Amino acid sequence: MLDRRSFLSTGTLGVLASAFAPRIAFARAATNKRFVFVIQRGAADGLGTIGAVGDPAFAGVRGDLAADFATGTKLDGMFVLHPAMTASASLYKQGQALFAHAIASPYRDRSHFDGQNVLETGGASAYQVRDGWLNRLLGVLPAEEARAIAVAATVPMALRGRREVASYAPSNLPDASDDLLQRVAMLYDGDRQLHALWSEAMATRQLTSDLGQDGGRNAAATGALAARLLKPDNGARIAMIETGGWDTHTGQRGRLAAQLKGLDAMVASLQAGLGPLWADTMVLVATEFGRTVAVNGTGGTDHGTGTAAMLFGGGVKGGRVVSDWPGLAPAALYEARDLKPTMQLDAFIGGAVSSHFGIEPARAMAALFPVSAKTAAIEDLVRV
Amino acid sequence: MSASSIALNRFGLGARPGDGVSSDSAKWVLAQCERFDARPAAIASAPSTSSVSATLATYFAQQRMIRAEFGPRRPKPAPSTSTPMKAPAMPATMAQPAMPDTAADNPGEAARRAARQLAGKQSRDDYGGAVAARTIAALTSDAPFVERLVHFWANHFAVSTDKLEVTGLAGPMEFEAIRPHVLGNFADMLNAVEHHPAMLLYLDQAVSVGPDSPFAARRPRRRTGLNENLAREIMELHTLGVRSGYTQGDVTEFARAMTGWTVAGIGRGPGARMQDDRRQDDARPGAFVFLADVHQPGDRMVMGKRYPAAGEAQAQAVLADLAVHPATAAHIATKLARHFAGDTPPTAMVKRLQAAFLESGGDLPTVYRALVASPEAWVTQPVKFKSPWEWYVSTQRALGTTMVQPGVTVGMMNQLGQPVWKPGQPVGYDDIAAAWAGPDAILRRVEAAERFAARAGPVDARALAPTLFPASLSPATTQAIARADSPAQGLALLLVAPESMRR
Repeated sequence: MLDRRSFLSTGTLGVLASAFAPRIAFARAATNKRFVFVIQRGAADGLGTIGAVGDPAFAGVRGDLAADFATGTKLDGMFVLHPAMTASASLYKQGQALFAHAIASPYRDRSHFDGQNVLETGGASAYQVRDGWLNRLLGVLPAEEARAIAVAATVPMALRGRREVASYAPSNLPDASDDLLQRVAMLYDGDRQLHALWSEAMATRQLTSDLGQDGGRNAAATGALAARLLKPDNGARIAMIETGGWDTHTGQRGRLAAQLKGLDAMVASLQAGLGPLWADTMVLVATEFGRTVAVNGTGGTDHGTGTAAMLFGGGVKGGRVVSDWPGLAPAALYEARDLKPTMQLDAFIGGAVSSHFGIEPARAMAALFPVSAKTAAIEDLVRV
Repeated sequence: MSASSIALNRFGLGARPGDGVSSDSAKWVLAQCERFDARPAAIASAPSTSSVSATLATYFAQQRMIRAEFGPRRPKPAPSTSTPMKAPAMPATMAQPAMPDTAADNPGEAARRAARQLAGKQSRDDYGGAVAARTIAALTSDAPFVERLVHFWANHFAVSTDKLEVTGLAGPMEFEAIRPHVLGNFADMLNAVEHHPAMLLYLDQAVSVGPDSPFAARRPRRRTGLNENLAREIMELHTLGVRSGYTQGDVTEFARAMTGWTVAGIGRGPGARMQDDRRQDDARPGAFVFLADVHQPGDRMVMGKRYPAAGEAQAQAVLADLAVHPATAAHIATKLARHFAGDTPPTAMVKRLQAAFLESGGDLPTVYRALVASPEAWVTQPVKFKSPWEWYVSTQRALGTTMVQPGVTVGMMNQLGQPVWKPGQPVGYDDIAAAWAGPDAILRRVEAAERFAARAGPVDARALAPTLFPASLSPATTQAIARADSPAQGLALLLVAPESMRR
């Protein structure tokens, strides 16, 4: 864990370094990089995922929810990973998993839908920015790498925008006949929107023709599916996976354990499916905001603020929890109820993505998070 | 689009063979308000709140008996990996498949599992029956404009069938709390919805307990307390709208006022327990009950107004004020304008609908008249990309389907990406093209259309097309149908033509 001082100084050095970095950074050869954004919809409980067991207030304030950490993986002197995340624990030990704690997007209210909009658009408030940051990321990648896919039937906000992206989810409907597909292509020829959607659907169909089998029914299958979509040279370089079920107002202990088990299986199957490409892959897991520090009257937690984010991948400078820990004592909480955010999710994502793709950090921040572009991207998240 | 095509498709749910519009399209739309049947035969014979609740109450009573006989559940190791991540908001009991205990080494767990499997099956049957009833009502209605409004309001007051308790009750909530009020006053619909067990259970109101209530005082060791979920979503989603000026403090105060609002006989809240343990309450299962014992004592301050202690009436008074608040009027006006005039609702139209709402005190027919009178809703370019449900209903109306089997619609809506009453979030399904116009979503419609067409029997798509879209067919669509290599292929092309995808 980094303390506040070393954390800030890295940030400052980062700004200075990037200010003098050559602008030519874009004109480079294509790489093999892959990037996956797993969104946790519903406000995942960061404290329930990575417990701050070293905080003297933790056990008292979390009650029953703290008990699971007795069997979790010790990450450092402060933090323990939830025991359901076994594959993630092993990646952590290999230095391929990095966790950020007490982190939040610029959003400071408690509406899921506004919070997700901020997380996905990269704005400072809801509906301020009209397209998604992943879509804008395509704009700063070399053209031959600028291909993204949503592992879903429709395109989530983070991927919506000017650049076309594909979407794919397994269907149990029988395949339409090739003749009909061709005639539909002709029928849509004069319709700009439908023509674009159809071309995208047909291109994706080529890549995935034998994928109908696994049905995408569970998290592991979704991870495997994403890996198959990312693996081919001409496949997508960026994928987004949506997960729901994180809004644990009641009975959190069992529900969150099940959710984390699923997330862990998804990461494991991404790694397995990508094989050697894992070395060039980065997986970001993030949620719209955290949950209350205290347990509510129904064994759950309510909408909060600060939470945790995760990075996985062969190049991640992992085996660390990056946090300027604010503490859980009553006076340390945000609005006397939530984990106080001490790190900006924008800066974390901006830093991770820019180092991963070799983009100048300031340029990445300006493209991805235009309204907080002055913020320095957090550097040193990736092994050079 | 011609005015009659707009009346049929944008305001209605799509034409059936033989449907025609009178020369005054706006009048034709509004006249449907006189014809609407809130309880047609399909709905009348569908599962009801009380029938579904009786089944659920039996299940929860069984669980309590098993607990009494075998003691509480044994702690278990971490749950199975097979849990689907996509399904949001699963309660613990559904999200964790029981460990494979045998009856011999853990008879309590085996009994629980058997009861749970039976309850799950009964809930899915009730759900399928309700989905079929909703579909048949939409396919056979002579008042498709009003049916569309029912679907609009059900999505506004969304529950999601991710919880066992909600699976069977979502349909009855639409049938009994929304349909009877779709042509009434907004406050009455709001009131009916917030009292319905599906909503009280979905957003955890039924387990919320006043921290200083007598009930909590008697159980100092039990973890009971406030749950602000429903109070927040009422303000954010059902009435005022997000960022309309209320604060976290208002949410908490409203949540305190609502404590005591609970459901008899179902779930794990005090309502279910009191009926069973104390036999004080003989309300039938599923009925709304106010438990004074659970209510947080004292006055409440919500949005600057003091609400004196008044038991059940305290939250009722807050709800009544929320129903007629200008922010509520603006919120409803915006959503209605978005539904009929396009993804970016025209400001002038929103203002007119808001004024109609406020001046009439939330009289919905007055708002609908302002809506139909708005020129922005009659622009000739299609303004909306159909959701999967809208597309599915319009194709079945076009084919003259009047009967569906329960499992068929359920499965089809899952495949098309919009399971009925299962948006996964209390905000409901998005009502903008970006939510539905995905490449894979279009491909699925094409796959489904080919299947519908193959089973449709002898239908001449060339003759049908102009009756579905009077004076509005493009030459490209006409030509594609005419050149199809079979009647079924022509029909499939009609069902996925640009005219069929938008309204």
